[in-house]
Amino acid sequence: MFKKILVANRGEIAVRVIRACHEMGIATVAVYSDVDRAALHVRKADEAYPIGAAAAVESYLNIGKIIDVARRSGAEAIHPGYGFLSENARFAQACVDAGVKFIGPTAAAMNAMGSKTRARQAMERAGVPFVPGTSRGLDSIEEAAEVAARIGYPVMLKAAAGGGGKGMRLVHGPDQLKSSLEEARSEAERSFGDSEVYIEKAIVNPRHIEMQILADEHGNTLYLGERECSLQRRHQKVLEEAPSPVVDSEMRRRMGEVAVRVARAANYTNAGTVEFLVDEQKNFYFLEMNTRLQVEHPVTELVTDLDLVHLQIRIAAGEKLPLTQEDVSIRGHAMECRIYAEDPENNYFPSPGKITLLLASSGPGIREDSGMYEGWTVPMDYDPLLAKLIGYGSDREQAIARLTRALGEYFVGGIKTNISLFRRILSDPDFRDAKLDTGFLDRMLQRKDDQRVDPQAAQVAAIAAGVFAALGASGAAAVEFANDKSGEKTVRASNWKSTSRREALR
Amino acid sequence: MLYDVTIDGKNYRLELERAEGRWSCRLDGHEVEVDAVLARQDVLSLRIGNRAYEIKSEHIGEVKDNKNDWHVWVGSARFACDVRDPRALRSRARAADDHGPRKLTAPMPGKVVRVLVQEGDAVEAGAGVLVVEAMKMQNEIKSPKKGTIQKMLAAEGVAVNAGDVLAIVE
Repeated sequence: MFKKILVANRGEIAVRVIRACHEMGIATVAVYSDVDRAALHVRKADEAYPIGAAAAVESYLNIGKIIDVARRSGAEAIHPGYGFLSENARFAQACVDAGVKFIGPTAAAMNAMGSKTRARQAMERAGVPFVPGTSRGLDSIEEAAEVAARIGYPVMLKAAAGGGGKGMRLVHGPDQLKSSLEEARSEAERSFGDSEVYIEKAIVNPRHIEMQILADEHGNTLYLGERECSLQRRHQKVLEEAPSPVVDSEMRRRMGEVAVRVARAANYTNAGTVEFLVDEQKNFYFLEMNTRLQVEHPVTELVTDLDLVHLQIRIAAGEKLPLTQEDVSIRGHAMECRIYAEDPENNYFPSPGKITLLLASSGPGIREDSGMYEGWTVPMDYDPLLAKLIGYGSDREQAIARLTRALGEYFVGGIKTNISLFRRILSDPDFRDAKLDTGFLDRMLQRKDDQRVDPQAAQVAAIAAGVFAALGASGAAAVEFANDKSGEKTVRASNWKSTSRREALR
Repeated sequence: MLYDVTIDGKNYRLELERAEGRWSCRLDGHEVEVDAVLARQDVLSLRIGNRAYEIKSEHIGEVKDNKNDWHVWVGSARFACDVRDPRALRSRARAADDHGPRKLTAPMPGKVVRVLVQEGDAVEAGAGVLVVEAMKMQNEIKSPKKGTIQKMLAAEGVAVNAGDVLAIVE
């Protein structure tokens, strides 16, 4: 087993990996950019090395600097987390060249999956179901028109090198095809430096369901069940759950076996995720493979009772998977809310700033994977994910109830967050009935928020505001606390304070 | 103490006195039984009669004297609040500052990526004035009122902090 691991990431996932290492008795090395000196992952690690300016290309995306820290610190392996360099084949290769183990798949497996069209050709040979369309880039508008007519409208144009919805166009009829193709190509060229675009039949109201796989370096590949990730905004996941409410054990087995075939076709090792689109008749189609640990991995951990980061590290250390497919069972239900620093009242724009108050929630069935703390200033330079609040229950209803309760206790003050969005989702009747598809959230957000507010709450707020003012306690230094038993002295101090507050108000 | 409290735009007259740890409270002239304990900074355990509430206080942004930056949360409901001493001159002056020039401030630290209007341009309420980028997202700063751009203080490419004045609309 490794003695020391470098974590080439920041935020909650860096903390998550550091925790797993410490549980396994492995020392940890953090890297941080100039704006992350006070970040939580630096506080939690055993060693920490500055790697440059805030801009990710100068720090978290800088392969040379990270490899150099691995050398200087004597780290034997690098965990890339998600995002940043996690799916960068050049980085995986650079690790090999430097004699450091990359905790993830090989560069060759990443390359096989990195291009959507190349992955598709390999998968077709392995008998993986695809959305009807072309498996390679379109050469001409004539070819596009011919394929679209054959598979039937609506069709989707997609950038081969794409992700995050860039270079994607939905085309309803032949009259829109030419302009959409040109737009998709130029957007793909601008975003990825590659204008290759392919065409697929558009699945109406699809669900997005993905299968977690694990593969060791001895030829054993397992599937660990699916995650329902249909709740998305702008093609970004917002809330995920496991198991999917529409997948039964038979469908899980079929999807899982396809996912294992996908992984085997690419000689895949370590943790990975095979994404599927599922139509209203529950046909599933291969979408892509994510060659990393996913943000939403905790829901799988809770329902399988496995620690994916521990297993990733064991696999990278050359161990065999300690279980077989028959040992994997799904128990209960888990659901994850991605808590972002963003403003629900301003079209979910990022809202960095100082966290002035943080009240965590806990209690039965609640897990919080967080990268923030009270007093920390959220930098403006990175993805605004602050934490993940995950609820677990014996069934979906109990998981929702626990998560709803926990969201009521959870409070992040000083910056705007999307916590209120989750209260709305979890109380939505269609969500409770598990009527989910990738358009769910946009439709919900177009409706007016009709959540009831206690009509007396405004009066309570008025009284509370007055009490804060009278105590001089709003934002000011601590005054008289309930659990401070030091007696008269504090009372006098607080009187003095409220007097000064009164003076200030004049 | 007498306070004028504004909660989400609605005004309340609040009389609060505390003697030997006990509160007496009148809200708009009606007596209310209040018991308050500050659990920690910014967190108040409030009892009104026997109903118990956890109240959170927060200031958004770094500019403390910005109007409407103080929020009080009752459970999961957020209220914008302002507390004034009705006898103070300043509170009357503050109530009047909706008229006259308005400042456009940066809602978050970031970089000005586009300036959409110039000094002297006429703008409608809600019209985009400039675009600030933070965390890879672009945020359009809109005019709070109909008027003309009296001053444009921001330039494209310049880094700004939360609360920085970017432009003034008259």
